[in-house]
Order: sequence, then C-alpha cells, then structure tokens
Amino acid sequence: MSQEATTANRSFITPFNIIASIIVLIGLFLTVRRFSGGLGAVTNLSDNNAWGIWIGFDLLTGVALAAGGYVTAAAVYIFGMKKYHSAVRPAVLTGFLGYALVVLALHYDVGRPWRLPYPFVVQQGTTSVLFEVAACVALYLTVLFLEFSPAALEWLGLKRARNLAVKFTLVLVVFGIILSTLHQSSLGALFLIAPSKLHPLWYSSFIPIYFFVSSIIAGLSMVIFESTLSYRFFSSKMDETHLKEKDDIALGFGKAAAYVIAGYIAIQIMGLGADNDWHLLGSLYGLWYLVELFGFFGVSCLLYAIGAREKNLKLIRWTAAWTVLGVIMNRFNVSLIAFNWQLPSSDRYFPSWMEIGISVFLVTLGLIAFRFIVTRMPILYEHPDYRDAHRAKGGS
Amino acid sequence: MAISRRKFLGWLTATGLSSAFGKTAHAGTTKHFEGHPDSLGVLYDNTKCIGCRTCEAACNRVNDLPPPDRPFDDLSVLDKKRRTDAKKYMIINKYDHIRNPKGPLHARIGCNHCLEPACASSCFVRAYTKTKEGAVTYDSSVCVGCRYCMIACPFNIPTFEYDSAFTPRIRKCTMCYDTRLVKGELPGCVEECPTESFTFGRREDLFKIAHERIRRYPRRYLDHIYGENEMGGTSWLYLSGVAFKKIGMREDLGVTPAPALTASALASVPMVVGTWPLLLMGIYAVSKRKEKIATEEKEQALADTIAQAKAEADLKISEAWQKAEKEKEKAVETAVRKALEEAAETENEESS
Repeated sequence: MSQEATTANRSFITPFNIIASIIVLIGLFLTVRRFSGGLGAVTNLSDNNAWGIWIGFDLLTGVALAAGGYVTAAAVYIFGMKKYHSAVRPAVLTGFLGYALVVLALHYDVGRPWRLPYPFVVQQGTTSVLFEVAACVALYLTVLFLEFSPAALEWLGLKRARNLAVKFTLVLVVFGIILSTLHQSSLGALFLIAPSKLHPLWYSSFIPIYFFVSSIIAGLSMVIFESTLSYRFFSSKMDETHLKEKDDIALGFGKAAAYVIAGYIAIQIMGLGADNDWHLLGSLYGLWYLVELFGFFGVSCLLYAIGAREKNLKLIRWTAAWTVLGVIMNRFNVSLIAFNWQLPSSDRYFPSWMEIGISVFLVTLGLIAFRFIVTRMPILYEHPDYRDAHRAKGGS
Repeated sequence: MAISRRKFLGWLTATGLSSAFGKTAHAGTTKHFEGHPDSLGVLYDNTKCIGCRTCEAACNRVNDLPPPDRPFDDLSVLDKKRRTDAKKYMIINKYDHIRNPKGPLHARIGCNHCLEPACASSCFVRAYTKTKEGAVTYDSSVCVGCRYCMIACPFNIPTFEYDSAFTPRIRKCTMCYDTRLVKGELPGCVEECPTESFTFGRREDLFKIAHERIRRYPRRYLDHIYGENEMGGTSWLYLSGVAFKKIGMREDLGVTPAPALTASALASVPMVVGTWPLLLMGIYAVSKRKEKIATEEKEQALADTIAQAKAEADLKISEAWQKAEKEKEKAVETAVRKALEEAAETENEESS
C-alpha cells in the first residue's frame, strides 16, 4: 500500500518513538543489570515468593492474552466462519509476538536461561506440569511462526515458499488448538500442586478448566480490543474487506464472549459448591473474589450481551478492554495476590520498579515489532498478488 | 493438503503414546507408596531441644556453607522467626510465648524429605532424587532455575541463590547424603546435638521409638507424630509438647502426596491429544459439508432459475415465431389474393 509515502513524510520524532526509545534504553540498562547481577539485583523475589510479575504478568497473562490466535483460527477454519477471515492474520500475528515475548521474558526469569532447552534435550521431568507447559509453549511458538509465515513470505515475494506454507494451514490450526488447550489449562494446573499456598477461593481442582475457558474469553476480547487500536493507528493499512468485516467481527466475537463468560461464571460457581467454599465469600478475600468474578466477568458478560443485542460497537469495544482487565486480574490473583495468602504481610511480595520496568520494556518491544510488521507486511490487507487466491484455498 | 490426514493422525498418535508412557504418576490407581523399604529418617523431639544452635553450626560446617551473619553462639538470633535460605539448610526457631514448665519450645525448620516429594514431582528436569535411603537430593548440573520447586514445596524449604548471576542453585538440606550418609556417617545436625533431640534410624524404627515416648510420657507429648501422614508422609518425623501449629508447623496440609495433586491433570494430556483431533476434524467436516450443501443448493437454485428463464424465453420465442409465421402466412395469402385479384382484373379488362 502507501507505506513509502507515509513513512517518508513522517519525521522519526513522534511521541510514540520518543517514549518507546526511552523505555527501550531503560530496558537495556535493566537487562544488563539482570544478567550481570542475578535476579536479586533487580527483583523483589525471595525464598517465600519465588515467582513474581515476570511469571504472573509476562507468562500467565501474556499467554492468556495471546489466545486470540487459536480462537480466531478455530472460528474461521474449523467452525467455517469465513466472514471473520480478515481477523485471522492480525490475531495470529499478535499471538506469535505474544508467545515470542513470553519466551523472551522467561529468559529473564529463570536462573540459567541458556539451559532452557534442558528439559527437552538433557533430562525430561515428565511428572512436572511445567514440562507440559514448556513443551506446548515451545511447539506452539513454532506453530504460530509457521502460521504467520505466509504474510512474511508474501512481503518478501517468495511465492513458492508462501504457497507451500499455506498448504499446511489446516494441520497447523488443528495442532495449534490442541497445544493451546493443553498449555492454557496447564498454566492453571501449575498451581494444583500447592493447595496449601493458594487461597481456597482460587484453588480448585477445576483450575485447569478455568484457565482454558478464560483464555477463550481473553482471546475473543483481545481480538476486538486489538482491532480497535489497529483501526485507530493503522486504518490507512486496512483494505476494503478488512474495514467492511471489522464491525461484524466485533459484534460476532462480542456475542460469543458473552456466552463463554456466562459459562465461565457458571463453572466458577460450581467450583465453589464442589469445594464448599461459600463461607469464605464473607472474608476480605471473598470480597476480592466477588469483585473479580462479578465486577469484571459478570459486568463484561452483561455489557457484551447488551452490545451484541443493540449492535452497540462502542460498548462492545469498551467491554473488551474491561474483560481483558478481568483476565489480567484473575492471573494476578492466582499467581500473586491469593498466592501465599497465609504469609504475614511483611513476607508478602510486591514487585520492584525494575521488574515492572522489564515487563514494560518487553511489552514495548512487542508494540514496536507489531508496528514494524503491520506497516510492511500484508496483515490488515490482502496482498494484491494473492487476492482471493487464499480465500478459495482456505489458506491464511 | 500436502500431508495426508492419515499421516497427521499418525503423528498425533505418536505424541499421545509417548506422553502416555512417559510418566510415572499413578492417576486412578489404588497404589500407595509408603517409602522405600528400610529407608532412613530423623526424629526430632522438641521437648529435648534447648535451642543451643549447635546443629546449625554443624550443618554450616559439614556442608561448607558461607559464614553466618552472626556467630552460632549468639542466641539472640532466636528472638526472630527465621526460615531457611541459601546460607542455612536448617534453622531452629524459638517459641517462648508458649507456657512450658521447662522453658521455651523450639521447632526445627528444614527439609522434611517427603516420601513423595513435591519438589521432585514438580521439577521439569528431574534435578531432585528421592534416594532409596530416604534423602531428597538435588543436582545443580541440570537445574534451569525456574523455581517451581519452591512454589510446589508445602513446607517452603527450597531456597535460591538470587544473588548469583551465572550459577544460581537451589539450596536445601540433603540429609548430608553425599557428604556423610553414603560414607556411613550421621547427618551433621544429628551427630552434634548435645541433647539428643535428633534420633537417626530406619523410619519404621523411629515410629516405634516415638510411640514408646508418647506412651511413657503422655503428658509431655502431643499424641501425634508429625510427618507420619503429612503430605503423604515424610522421612523426618517430629514429636512436640504442644500443638504443631503453635510452633509454626502447618497442620492443614492434608495427607495427599504432592504428585497425586497433579496426576489427573497430567493424565488428561493424552486424552486431549487423542480426542481433540477427532472433535475438531468432526466440526470441520460438518462445517465443510454445510458449506458444500449450501453451494450445491445455490448452484441448483441458479440452475433452476436459468432453466425456468430459458423455458419462458423459449415459450416467448416460439409464440413470437408462431405469430410471425402466421403474419407471414397472412401476408402471403393477402399477396396471393391481391395477385389473383389483379390477374382477374387484367383478364376482365382484356376480355372486355
């Protein structure tokens, strides 16, 4: 499209570039500090609080919010909802960047990142839920890379490679859904081993199912949320099909999200009943739990339903942001706020500014990469050379 | 598709099978592990402990740990509640608010060497080993430093070298396995305790000793051996004069061994791998078929419309044709009549 014209006319000094550059500089400084001084030099982690926001936000939340890829691919390719086709590429791209950042963040968090392949090549600890998470995340990152590759190959003009990559679409989609089911749920299952540390309102033997279902909610909402932002900043990159379909996507996904959230609230309540945790609802943690479940998910469910019924796109877009916040809150609650709840407050964890700095740095890297890609590759529009070609073949 | 469906399903089966046979969790069985036969353990009796910190000093020495911040004979350290850290594999905490005729009571905090350890179950590189002697050991040469063991341990025991940039390790009591146990020596703390608060021996024998003490001095002891069933049982056992929760030991851990907590979640992996392709391909087939039927119906409808239009057009054409024919005939007739009339006229003229 018209990227040459727009980039040439614009000066490099834009508010986004200035802020991003500052964040990247701070991030690089913190990176040096982290890898020369160890985790202790930058984090508030302790022997009681072994996992901080690099796990709670970067890993747990990052993976949940990157669920748009598999959710959209499933809707379009498996359930045959072709009218949402233009949402696939942005969702897959966000998923791919999200997972890439998750893996990058893990390099900061683990003690010896160069040993990250050890669980696969040196010794396999198959009794560990973390092994399953690691295997699935590694495989799924590969799947997302391959799913994303046609866009990059179209950009590079490698027709034959692109056509080959497109042929694997359906296999990759099925594989991606299986892997996502497994690791989205396993991230919750990580906490099954610590019933004595996680508050009973959040601990449940259903926690893997909660995580899986809420990842679908996160995926649907992120697609809406992200498409809103993309429209705001990259509408010049969108082709007619994309512009025509985007409102339909928001309505359809919003409606789907209303249903899924309703189901999620139902299974949460069933979980309360199964463990007989009703009496805990009266405590402060109970209040917090109710805020999460009804203040966020309940309100989201209602607003999505109203938005879909009245075709109120503005309401749906705001609800998507509210839902994303709800999912973030849930992951924070499970991994940080309701975890180690029995420790005295002096032993509790609060992130250092440097931990937050690294997380902000990584998100910024993601935004920069996203911007780089959508302004160059055919993500928000169809490449003229392949127009209709992939629609007919069902490729991405 | 470049890959046949059969090939694809074959791969999935292979993944499913390898994950099904690759684990040792016993979901859905009645198997109950009661520890390796003749495995060893330590019984700590807090009614004998005087809080002299000799054990802490011994632990520090035999494990070559860094020197403490304050010397081991400084007992004021006990005024604060402590926990294990990368420099201390075990500590003694003092509880002097508890009324006890013989002075304050103490608690030993250190690895309990679970029969089925959470750390070992949660480790994705199998850095932990439950030896047949009973010790839970750790191998730093494979450790990635993910610290999931610290999340998993119900006793909050493993500690991490947060200040090491390149070789951070988990640090915890190993029952002096490599340094002393394999040589037939007692763990450091056990050997140096001046009051014999620690008793080392076969776990089974320790139960007999503990029960005997409770039987003989029922007023001195709580009738509970901590570690007999907690988290499925531990190799370290504890006798106390007061309720364990009063000396910082959790009584709400339950008796389920840690691996059982995640076994069913792990067992569902091959099920998902096995059933999801069927489900997804089924949905795909249904949506594909729907699409096909829709296209066919559309084509049929189109064909019908065309046929109808054609028939109508044909009818119109034939009607028009007939009309034209008729008109032509009429025209011919008129022309013939006219010609005949003209001929008759000329004949009349000629004859007249």
